[in-house]
Amino acid sequence: MKLTLKIWRQNDAKAKGKMMEYHLNDVSPDMSFLEMLDVLNQDLIDKDEEPIAFDHDCREGICGMCSMFINGRAHGPDREITVCQLHMRSFKDGDTITIEPWRAKAFPIIKDLIVDRSAFDRIQQAGGFISVNTSGNTQDANNILIAKDAADTAMDAATCIGCGACVASCKNSSAMLFVGAKVSQYALLPQGQVEAVDRVKNMVAQMDLEGFGNCTNTGACEVECPKGISLENIARMNRELVKANMIKF
Amino acid sequence: MSGFFKSSIGRKYAMALSAFFLIIFLIIHLSVNMTSLFSKDVFNEFSHFMGTNPLVQFAMQPILIFGVVFHFIMGFVLEMKNRSARNVKYVKNTGSANSSWMSRNMLLSGAVVLAFLVLHFIDFWIPEMNVKYIQGDMSGLLSDGDGYRYYEELVHKFENPLRVGAYVLAFVLLALHLLHGFTSAFQSIGATMGRKKTMQNIGKAYSILIPLGFIVIALFHHFNH
Repeated sequence: MKLTLKIWRQNDAKAKGKMMEYHLNDVSPDMSFLEMLDVLNQDLIDKDEEPIAFDHDCREGICGMCSMFINGRAHGPDREITVCQLHMRSFKDGDTITIEPWRAKAFPIIKDLIVDRSAFDRIQQAGGFISVNTSGNTQDANNILIAKDAADTAMDAATCIGCGACVASCKNSSAMLFVGAKVSQYALLPQGQVEAVDRVKNMVAQMDLEGFGNCTNTGACEVECPKGISLENIARMNRELVKANMIKF
Repeated sequence: MSGFFKSSIGRKYAMALSAFFLIIFLIIHLSVNMTSLFSKDVFNEFSHFMGTNPLVQFAMQPILIFGVVFHFIMGFVLEMKNRSARNVKYVKNTGSANSSWMSRNMLLSGAVVLAFLVLHFIDFWIPEMNVKYIQGDMSGLLSDGDGYRYYEELVHKFENPLRVGAYVLAFVLLALHLLHGFTSAFQSIGATMGRKKTMQNIGKAYSILIPLGFIVIALFHHFNH
């Protein structure tokens, strides 16, 4: 396959970036998208040019590092995948592919296609946990009975890998699908109830502080989420926040 | 609770609650207007009641105006805040692949509805206020004293095809606004039923039938007199 690639290049957070055009002449349709970029980078290195900086880790579709907006969509054209699971057979010979980093004020660019998602870490630190005594007297997890559907729904929420595709694809750069999933995974389980009030209040406060936008329920996040996290998690977070404010205001 | 309404989610709630209020108002407004299709007298009676009843005039009307102004200002403020959350735009962004046109253009459809409201105020509300509270004529009668004036005024307004066209366009945009807004409001207050098929169908029916009702009224009076 012959491809024309338009890729965002930016030296560091402060530098002014621009789109650069590259050409690849011998791309196998069986390559993953990241392997295609590896080939391009090898070309650049051979020509003594600076390779394109992009994030990747597991290449198994579960780490969520690959913050790429491909042809106008988070993680490219296919549903429920990350970029390593996108294969070149999803494109046609002669295609021009536009590759940009996530765009959000809360996700500043580090270099080229790599963005700083530590805003998500700070939201997690604000309440996305349960406090457990780990001094050796922890009880067996199965001692607490949990309804199967609650456990399943909590697990669905917990599959969020924090990749940021929700923020990237939202027209408002809202992080509510991420925060909704993190709030929900605890809100649905008995272990999460003890700190439920402070959790949702603190996580939402941190989310607002980081400069993410407001959800307007377009549903784009749900469509682009590689783990298929549902908008119901946002509704649950909204309920949790009202409940929390009624208990403690 | 004041902290709640300062939070991003609290503002969503406020938007949704004002939306519910306006959704109910539209049903009442349409119900009164519909009577003009089959009975001049019933329409006149209703209009006179709504126009002179102190509860409607001095309690419901100010609340309604506040609701509209609040919904618009809050919507605008949130939209500006949302836009500032992405300081560098994408070179290529295929929004149509993951969301509806309606959901991405609530500000546009809302602005058209607001422009219509300005026209509507100039057409009906300001003359009403002038006649009733400045000229002090609370009788609601025609200048020759032969019956109520409301139906005649309505018919007169819909003579101009440009005005009728503007009304139709505004209500089409209102329909598009509601097609996203109706179920979105439920989602915002945390009621997942906004995502359920039944609720979506009710939302669709409401969003199409209510604006269609207003369009039918405008066209009916334009072509029948």
